Amino acid sequence: MEQKLTIPKASVIARDHGIELLYQMMLIRRFEEKSAELYTKEKIRGFLHLYVGEEAVATGVMQALTLEDNVLSTYREHGHALLRGIDAGAIMAEMYGKQEGCSRGRGGSMHLFDATKKFYGGNAIVAGHLCVAVGMALATKKQKKNTITCCFFGEGAAAEGEFHEAMNLAALWSVPVWFVCENNLYAMGTAIRYSHSIVEIEKKGPAYGIETKVVDGMDVLAVEQAAKEAADKIRASGKPFFLVCNTYRFRAHSMFDAELYREKAEVEEWKKRDPIARLQQLLLKEKAITQNEIDTVNKQIEEEVQKAVEFAEAGTWEPVEELKKFVYSENQS
Amino acid sequence: MDNNGTLKITYREAIKQAIREAMKKDEKVFLMGEDVGRYGGAFAVSKGLLQEFGPERIMDVPLSESGFVGAGIGAALNGMRPIVEVMTVNFSLLAMDQIVNNAATLLHMSGGQLNVPVVIRMGCGIGRQLAAQHSHSWEPLYAHIPGLKVLSAGTHEDARGMLLTALQDPDPVIIFEYTFLLNKEAELPANAGAVDITKAKVLRKGKDISIITYGAGVYKALDAAADLNSIGIDAEVIDLRVLRPLDETTIFNSVKKTHRALLVEEAWSSVNVSSEASARIMENIFYELDAPVQRLGGVEVPIPYPKHLENASIPQPADIITKVKKMLQHD
Repeated sequence: MEQKLTIPKASVIARDHGIELLYQMMLIRRFEEKSAELYTKEKIRGFLHLYVGEEAVATGVMQALTLEDNVLSTYREHGHALLRGIDAGAIMAEMYGKQEGCSRGRGGSMHLFDATKKFYGGNAIVAGHLCVAVGMALATKKQKKNTITCCFFGEGAAAEGEFHEAMNLAALWSVPVWFVCENNLYAMGTAIRYSHSIVEIEKKGPAYGIETKVVDGMDVLAVEQAAKEAADKIRASGKPFFLVCNTYRFRAHSMFDAELYREKAEVEEWKKRDPIARLQQLLLKEKAITQNEIDTVNKQIEEEVQKAVEFAEAGTWEPVEELKKFVYSENQS
Repeated sequence: MDNNGTLKITYREAIKQAIREAMKKDEKVFLMGEDVGRYGGAFAVSKGLLQEFGPERIMDVPLSESGFVGAGIGAALNGMRPIVEVMTVNFSLLAMDQIVNNAATLLHMSGGQLNVPVVIRMGCGIGRQLAAQHSHSWEPLYAHIPGLKVLSAGTHEDARGMLLTALQDPDPVIIFEYTFLLNKEAELPANAGAVDITKAKVLRKGKDISIITYGAGVYKALDAAADLNSIGIDAEVIDLRVLRPLDETTIFNSVKKTHRALLVEEAWSSVNVSSEASARIMENIFYELDAPVQRLGGVEVPIPYPKHLENASIPQPADIITKVKKMLQHD
């Protein structure tokens, strides 16, 4: 039986789709702000890459997917995981390294997995997962299923050989893979003009015969619209699609980044296009929502995030005796 | 077939029969690799299989080692049973990220959620005057990596049987095949098939010394042992077969009996499989030894083109004989 997709819902004000989108973006934002705070308290360690500013991309794209579809993401994937319906507590516990985490605490922030939600990472070698996504889509085609494999990556990945290998294979084999480029203009600290001879990433799709579209990644409604068109096309044709979402990361690359490579004024300029503020203003203007209702959503999210933190805090450490468990399938006890 | 129910078969034909049997048994199995279809396989291993199974199951792929090995991993994650052929081990470095960071890590890193049942076959071996870039012995590189099962088909029996068992395994398996053996014939039981892929194997029983080897060293060690027998030395020959996880028990049982161990392989000596096996012998059964463990490995040079220099780069049966005689103070 088909499982129902459990995207988090704003229980207070259901039905209004705009409010759902707002809620989902706000949930990602608040969850990540909390994560940053917990990082400074040393509750979360290792690398932590925040998605703040880019929420419209994951939110818009996810509207077009079903739970039968596969999703692969990067190491900046908390938002994708949340919207895929992985419990916020299990994600937070994963970042704490607790065994109640969605990867048993083994992966941390960069390696969120949930096989039941068909969420395949959490991949931290840039562009490596593109080839895997093509293979998953190939399997889908061989099994004659009508599902999509959706693969998120940054524009930095488009400079890797694997991007080009994956694009070529996807088109050559005609498989239902959806490449979603989150172009945030910086590969860590290297601006796109220093890493790409052609900065319009969307020009690279047609070179492989892949239908391609570029969209304003700061506008969730525009992303959603483009996403639905893309997903419909993939489902109808079984062919790959390339969607480039131009976006911007408001915060540093990771918690170790002093942001020496960009001007504060540039960041401030992009913040004026904040996808959350933009949607809030639109909904207020159209009187689809009141400030009170926004406050209520905020409160609900605050509680959810707090609950996730409490779940992570209450979590337990995997016993050291289990260190070798799952290196091989027979090491399961 | 002769009266004993055995067949004379080439190493090439043994691999082909294994692939064909696997494809017939399970519709989820497919073969992907460079030139496996229309060309018939770079070494003619898969010749005729395209006509038999069609292009959906015998897939020619472009020269994108990372791309198609990654795709094989993805297909395995999503319910298929791909056999990925990397034409030769020399090109596998281009796919190493996929093998190390995806195939080998996903099960552990996901807390046990994701199995990657991919089988990757690679042609390898030295001896065909292919020069430095086409004469690598990367078995030790892959044997280094937890999460992989690493097999070396040094015999016809294993060329016929390892693939079938590997395809039943829930974890990623790498199989090394030796291209200089392709035309070599051997007798196999007519009903040869799946073999164990967890244990080393004693190929020749002996009492004076254990010659422990794998892959390209196997037939050389057996030849050397036959010659040694004619001068009164009774050598035991062990084919490691499984380079990860290493089967210590078979090694230790043999050395406990012979009290001498010579490790032979073609890979460069520093940090190779013999280093590891040697260390484990020292750590575990040091007091069983009547002589220091010895190793014969590849000379540490990029393998050169001229035949005499290529031969000098890797252990030959004569080197094994000399070494064994010295260890037994035979002269």
